[in-house]
Amino acid sequence: MLSVKQNEPLEFTEEMLGKFAEIVTRYPEGRQKSALLPILHEVQANYGWLSVPAMDRVAAYLQLEAIEVYEVATFYTMYFLQPQGKYALEVCRTGPCCLVGAERIMKHIEERLGVKEGEVTSDGLFSWRGVECLAACGYGPVLQIGPEYTFYENLTEAGVDKLIDELKEKASANGQSPIANG
Amino acid sequence: MAEDVRFKVSIDGIPVDVAPGTTILNAARLIGGDVVPPAMCYYSKLEGSGGKCRTCLVKVSKGSEKDPRPMPKLVASCRTTVMDGMEVQSITSAEVLEARKGVVEMLLINHPLDCPICDQAGECHLQDLSYEHGLADTRYEFERRTFDKIDIGDKIQLHMTRCILCYRCVFVADQLTPQRVHGILGRGDAAEISTYIAKAVDNEFSGNMIDVCPVGALTDKTFRFKNRVWFTKPVEAHRDCPTCSGKVTLWYKGEDVLRVTARKDTYGEAEAFICNTCRFENKATSDWIIEGPRVVKRTSVISSNHYEQLNPPPVVKKNLTLQAANKEQFERIERLLP
Amino acid sequence: MARKLLLTHIDVPGIHTFEVYRQKGGYRAVEKALKTLTPEEVVEEVKKSGLRGRGGAGFPTGMKWSFLAKPEGVPRYLVCNADESEPGTFKDRYLMTHIPHALIEGMIVSSYALGANTSYIYVRGEMMPQIRILERAIAEAKNAGLLGKNILGTGYDLEVYVQPGGGAYICGEETALLESLEGKRGNPRIKPPFPAVSGLYNCPTVVNNVESIAATVPIINDGGEEYAKIGIERSTGTKLISAGGNLNKPGVYEIELGLPVEEFIYSDAYCGGIANGKRLKAVVAGGSSVPILPANLILKTLKGEPRLMTYESLADGGFQSGTMLGSGGFIAYDEDQCIVRNTWNFTRFYHHESCGQCSPCREGTGWMEKVLHKIEHGHGSFSDIDLLVDVAKKIEGNTICPLGDAAAWPVASAIRHFRDEFEWHVTNGQEAQARNYGLAHYADPLEPVI
Repeated sequence: MLSVKQNEPLEFTEEMLGKFAEIVTRYPEGRQKSALLPILHEVQANYGWLSVPAMDRVAAYLQLEAIEVYEVATFYTMYFLQPQGKYALEVCRTGPCCLVGAERIMKHIEERLGVKEGEVTSDGLFSWRGVECLAACGYGPVLQIGPEYTFYENLTEAGVDKLIDELKEKASANGQSPIANG
Repeated sequence: MAEDVRFKVSIDGIPVDVAPGTTILNAARLIGGDVVPPAMCYYSKLEGSGGKCRTCLVKVSKGSEKDPRPMPKLVASCRTTVMDGMEVQSITSAEVLEARKGVVEMLLINHPLDCPICDQAGECHLQDLSYEHGLADTRYEFERRTFDKIDIGDKIQLHMTRCILCYRCVFVADQLTPQRVHGILGRGDAAEISTYIAKAVDNEFSGNMIDVCPVGALTDKTFRFKNRVWFTKPVEAHRDCPTCSGKVTLWYKGEDVLRVTARKDTYGEAEAFICNTCRFENKATSDWIIEGPRVVKRTSVISSNHYEQLNPPPVVKKNLTLQAANKEQFERIERLLP
Repeated sequence: MARKLLLTHIDVPGIHTFEVYRQKGGYRAVEKALKTLTPEEVVEEVKKSGLRGRGGAGFPTGMKWSFLAKPEGVPRYLVCNADESEPGTFKDRYLMTHIPHALIEGMIVSSYALGANTSYIYVRGEMMPQIRILERAIAEAKNAGLLGKNILGTGYDLEVYVQPGGGAYICGEETALLESLEGKRGNPRIKPPFPAVSGLYNCPTVVNNVESIAATVPIINDGGEEYAKIGIERSTGTKLISAGGNLNKPGVYEIELGLPVEEFIYSDAYCGGIANGKRLKAVVAGGSSVPILPANLILKTLKGEPRLMTYESLADGGFQSGTMLGSGGFIAYDEDQCIVRNTWNFTRFYHHESCGQCSPCREGTGWMEKVLHKIEHGHGSFSDIDLLVDVAKKIEGNTICPLGDAAAWPVASAIRHFRDEFEWHVTNGQEAQARNYGLAHYADPLEPVI
């Protein structure tokens, strides 16, 4: 069970609420629960993960019990229930990608970032994990980075190094401080 | 469809007439006895339950009078409705028995088998199921699944390792209580009953989660480690309750009521759900109007302490001296036999 | 060169935009269907075409459509299954990325045929870029009056929405997909009732794969009979094949059904042979769920006939010596690949993706994964191999949805055809652990013919 550290009440921005309202119009009257998955994606895109207050707020917005949101958020693997690195690298680890070297790529990422699967680097910039088939088996090995889910294909060790360097550069150019761990 | 239309169905060759819309399982229950498939997740009083545990799989060897083709796969009898002329095999199909054995094995591989310290022992459906359909041995050699312990309040004890994910408690919370605060979280074999954040499951009907749980995953915290069920004596009683039917079973040890449960039918289902006031707040004999002792099957483990002893041990039967010495006692046992 | 119906204009620059797509004859099928055909006539054309579901099950699409219940005053829904996640399959991603309007056009035609006024495209959440592409395509089509109220002045109204998934393979199962679209956990529903009677929001619903829906466009344009002329027997039309694994030219190919497997693998028009000059050892022909076949059996049937890319030919020999066309996820293994490791990997996938609702799948997939892990890492015993066969048998056919079968078949077939590779892992534990590849003697000994 989760020990709740982040219990401050949370308010969504006007922009987010506008987006939510548009999403709800896609479904028939009274079927607003259908908006749950897309709204959770929006929330994650804004905060980097799904905290309990954020999920409670979504529940209130969609007139659901909080447990209904937790049930859904814990079922689907795209939703992060813990803070991640600013760039969460997700490498496909299923059969066809492994035929062309996905396991090697994951090992390389682990060594390069110096953190194990699921952990966040000390600067808060990166986390990584293996994920199941990303439906790009002809272009493997592949990885994706949310929240845009930018896709990188035909990965090599050198390519991964280059990508990590670019992301580091991008982060420092934006002058963004790494996101705080909650 | 006219109300008097009845479907003729046979289960293991035994014919039965049922109303259209009846499930195979309920048709079998009308026949009763050994042909009734075991059901770990179906609960007739909970809408939407069933289909999940797969212990009630049966073979439909003839689909219907109109379309006599057999169904290609075994079907969950609790969620498959009968057709006129349907022929079903339950215990007469080797395939069904094999599948049931498989399901029992699956349910047990990650079960902690901690019956010696489990309050459900003696009235556990998984115990019964394993006894009837299981293997004596396990082929599973890996570490069994565990979960972080969570506290769901002062009335219900949750042991997630024992859970078979029947979803009955979720249906209870949905259908009987005003607000559901627990649910199934996670996915696959990591799925668990949880509230996600620390929250007590507590409302006027939450105690029914204990009664519907087929295993020891949800037990009565007020009864916890108080006694083994077979040392307690079930007595039927009722009270004038403004919330529920007030018809319960009191479980006595000596003069004390150790716990209160709903009355269970042959299939272990509550005859009527009861409220938490009846279940947790009224544990004095004076709170109740006693109807009499609950009828318990002689084969039940619960009956074992309510007769002086079972049949004389085999050694006695062969020994004339002992027989003569215990003559009076044996006669008393004979009289007690139903 | 073989005929193409879906990817005809794939190389035209800008084909992903409405303008170019329209210039190349796009949305003619909408005009034809809405202006000259009744919905029943559209269904009839699809029936005549012999089109079979392209998502994997191969159920005739026209027949599925004709099962749709049509009670008065109840809305009907078309839901497009774009939750492509079967390992080995990436054709829908390709189609949606490069020719999104082919799907939108198919959605309009199909929705019209079914009498749906609201339709959803359920795209797996990881495909956010494709979701954005589709949303833009929908906006473009709406702008051109091909979506929304009174389409092309015919009085037919249709809204199409894109719904993201959340990361769950099981949502490719149609009832799990509907649950997910309703904002719930992706637990497959217990059938009956089938979606055709009670689907999305308890209304009659048809769920079709991306490729099936896109295929209705050439079917309406050229007529069902014309479409049925392509292919062999009950395998009509063209099919997108996702080719991956150890091939010289992996990628998505549109083939005419009936193409010999050998030609598909070795011809330069398609995969161009096995990569790095190696030999072919095995093929999974229809996505990870279908039985794996060794090189000799994928190239020729047991009767010695050339194996063809059709539903029937790939299934020839049943599960003893055949497999399935499935979703067309074609994975080739070269001589150095380890079948045990691959089976373990696939089983881990199914274990990870099991929804956990029914006991044989929830418990059995994890059990198989653990046993396979043990064998792959050199700690297995011979009895473990038999145990795997038995556990697979206990799962198969006894679950709520086909994921149980999909998890059982790869294990059963790998042991059926590559048993001595499993046994080699038992007898040579240390070596198996050290080298991570399997036995080469299964590889095709023949020189490629083409």
